[in-house]
Amino acid sequence: MVEPDRLIRLAHTRPTLTQHPPVRIADLYLQRGGQYILRDITANLGLSDVTAIMGPNGAGKTQLLRLIAGLGQPDSGTIKFAWPDAPEKHRIALVFQRPVLLRRSALANLTHALAQYGVTRTRRTARAMELLDFGGLTDRANIPARALSGGEQQRLTLVRALGAAPDLLLLDEPTSNLDPRSTAAIEALIQRATAQGVRVILVTHDIGQARRLAKDILFLQDGQVAEHSPAPQFFDTPTSAQAAAYLRGELYL
Amino acid sequence: MQDFTAAFRAALDLVFRMDADLMEIVGLSLLVSGAAVTLACVIGFPLGAALGAGRFAGRMPLLVLVNAAMGLPPVVVGLTLYLLLSRAGPLGPLDLLYTPTAMILAQTVLVTPIVAAITAQIVADLSEEYRDLFATMGMRRTAQAATLMWDGRFALTTAVLAGAGRALAEVGAVVIVGGNIDHVTRVMTTAIALETSRGALELALGLGLILLTLSLGINAALMGVRAAARRLSDG
Amino acid sequence: MIRLALLLTLTAAPVFAQDHILIQSTTSTQNSGLYDHLLPLFQAETGIEPRVVAVGTGQAIRNATNCDGDVLLVHSRAAEDAFVSAGYGTQRHDVMFNDFIIIGPETITADSPAAALTSIAQAELPFLSRGDDSGTHSREMALWNTADIDPTGASGGWYRETGAGMGATLNIAAGMGAYTLTDRATWLTFANPADLVISYEGHADLNNQYGVIAVSPQHCPSVNAIGAQTFVDWITGTSGQQAIAAYRLNGAPLFTPNAAE
Repeated sequence: MVEPDRLIRLAHTRPTLTQHPPVRIADLYLQRGGQYILRDITANLGLSDVTAIMGPNGAGKTQLLRLIAGLGQPDSGTIKFAWPDAPEKHRIALVFQRPVLLRRSALANLTHALAQYGVTRTRRTARAMELLDFGGLTDRANIPARALSGGEQQRLTLVRALGAAPDLLLLDEPTSNLDPRSTAAIEALIQRATAQGVRVILVTHDIGQARRLAKDILFLQDGQVAEHSPAPQFFDTPTSAQAAAYLRGELYL
Repeated sequence: MQDFTAAFRAALDLVFRMDADLMEIVGLSLLVSGAAVTLACVIGFPLGAALGAGRFAGRMPLLVLVNAAMGLPPVVVGLTLYLLLSRAGPLGPLDLLYTPTAMILAQTVLVTPIVAAITAQIVADLSEEYRDLFATMGMRRTAQAATLMWDGRFALTTAVLAGAGRALAEVGAVVIVGGNIDHVTRVMTTAIALETSRGALELALGLGLILLTLSLGINAALMGVRAAARRLSDG
Repeated sequence: MIRLALLLTLTAAPVFAQDHILIQSTTSTQNSGLYDHLLPLFQAETGIEPRVVAVGTGQAIRNATNCDGDVLLVHSRAAEDAFVSAGYGTQRHDVMFNDFIIIGPETITADSPAAALTSIAQAELPFLSRGDDSGTHSREMALWNTADIDPTGASGGWYRETGAGMGATLNIAAGMGAYTLTDRATWLTFANPADLVISYEGHADLNNQYGVIAVSPQHCPSVNAIGAQTFVDWITGTSGQQAIAAYRLNGAPLFTPNAAE
C-alpha cells in the first residue's frame, strides 16, 4: 500500500475552515429556457470534510455542482474559491454520475489524465499504478476500461480524479447505479481521500450514504436552498418543512 | 451465363499467367489510389477533427460543403483538373497532365471529402460524450483533438475504407487527367473501359472481377486488423 | 520494385522527360490495335517513347489546341485544315486511309451511302449517332447533309445520339439491333458484334482519310517539336508506311498507307 502523503499532493495545512470557507457561493442564479433552475443560492461550502447536496429530483443539485466545477456560467452571482494559504491555486476534480472513460485500457486512462495534469512522461506509469492500487484495480490495469464492471469503472474515474491531486473533489451521485458492495468500496475510497485532506462535495439521493459520509448537508428544493445544517442536526431536527418531508419519504409539493 | 463463365476464365487466366501488363496495371492502380487515400487522410483527418469538434465561425457551412463534396462527380473533378493542369491552364508549366501525379491529385480531391466528412461525424459523436470530461481536465483543443482521433481510430478505418473504395472504383477523373496511356497511366478502371469499347466484354468483366477481388482483399485485411486491435485495447 | 521506382521518378520529373512524345489520336486507331503494332517499331528505330491519348477527333484537336499533345493523328479533314490554318499545327500530311461502313441488323441495297441513310430515315429504323463531334460523327453529319435530311429532329426517336466513343456505340448497337456508321478497322477488331452485319459499304463518299500534324512550336513553346517532327517523318516515310501496310487482321489489311512522297 502506498503512503497517503505520496498519493495525494496536498500542501495545504488545515486552516480553521469556519473562518475561511474554501467555496463561497453568493446570489447565484441560473436560467435554462426561461426558467430559473437555481435561484438566490448563497452558501459557504467545504467547511467540513464532506458536504452532501441533497434534494428531490429537479431541485438543481447537479447544475449547482457543474457550476462549482466550472462547467458553465451562472446568469448572475459568484462562486469564489479561497484556500487560505493558496487562494489562487486550487484544483477541482469532478466525477460524473455515469463514468466517462476513454476507449483505452484502465492504465492508459490514468496516464492520459496524468498527462493533462502535467505529470512528466517518465513518472506517469508509476503514478498511474499507484492510483490503480489505491482503487484496488491493480489486476485490471490492462483491461479495456469500458469492459470493466460498473463498480470498477466508477472506482477508476474516482482515482483518475484523485490523480489531479485535487483540493476539492466533486461527486455527482457516484454510487447511484451500483450494488451495495461497489457502493461500499467507493465510500471507502472517499473516506481515504478525505483522510488525506481532500474536501468533498457530494450530490446524493441516498440518505444512508449522506448519514455515513457527510458532515454538513445543503438541502435544495426548487432551485433554492431550503436548509444548510450540520449533519446530525439535519437528520434529527430538520428546520425546514421541505427537508423534514424528504426525510420522512413524503412528497413536498 | 456464358459471358460470366468466360469472364471468370479470362480473369483466372490473367492472374495465373501473372500477365505482365496486368501486374503493371494493378500496381499502378494500387499506387495511385494508395497515394491518393494517404494524402486524403493527411488532409481529411485534421479537417474532419476540426469540423467535428471545433468551434469556429463558418464551421456549419464548411461541414455542409464537405458533406456535399462527397458526391462530387468524378468527371467534373477530372475536367476541372484538366483545365488547371493543361499546358494552356494556370498550372500548365508543372507539366503534370497525363502523369500518375495528376491521377493522384484527382483522386485526392474525390476522396478527401469522404474522409473528412466521416471523420467529422465520428469525432463529433465522441466529442459529445467526452466534452465534460475534457472540460474538467482543462484540456487544450489540440490535445482534445488528438485524444478524439486516437479513441476513434477503429471507427476511422471506415473512413479509410470508404475512401479507398471510391478511389479504386472511379474512372471518370483518371481517364481525363491520366489519358489511359499504355504503360504510363493505365489503371484497372480505365483498362476495363478500354476493353469494353473494344467489345472484349469477357476480358473487361474479368478485369472487373480482379478489381473486385482486390477491393475485397483490402477490406478484409483492414477489418481483420481492426478487429484484432480492438480486442486488445477496447471494450 | 524497379518499376515502382521508375514510376515515382516519372511522376516526380516529367518536365525533363523529353525522350517521349504525346500523340492525341482517335479511338479507332487505338481500338483497332494499330498502335500496338506500330509504336514499338517507331520506338525501336528512334528511341523516342510514344504515348497515345485516344479520344474522339474533336476532343483530340481541342487537347492539342491547349498544347496538351505534340502530335495529332486524326480523321476529320475539315477540322484538321482549320487547326493548321489557325496556326496550331505546322503542316498536315496524309498518312493512310480505310473506309467507313454502315453496320446494322440487315444489309441495305442503295446507290450511295446517302441513299442508304435515306431509306433508314424513311423506315424510321433505329440509328445510332456518335453525337460527340468525332471524325466519324462529322462524316455521318456530312452524309445526312448529302441526303438532305436533318435527323436531329428525330433525336430520341429512331435517331439516337449516344455521345460516346465508337466502341461504346457499337456495344449499344449490338444490344438494341440498331444501324450506325463506323470505320472498318474498329468494326473488324470489335469482339462483340452480336447479330450485326455490314449493311452498306464500298462508295467513294465513305473514304476515311487519316492525317498527321505536328503541333506548332510557335503556338506551343512547350511541345517536343523535334520528337513530333521525327514521328511525322517516320510515319509518312518508308518505315512507317510499310509498317501500316503490314498490319493485318485475318490476312486483310485494316489501313492502306497513302502518304505523299
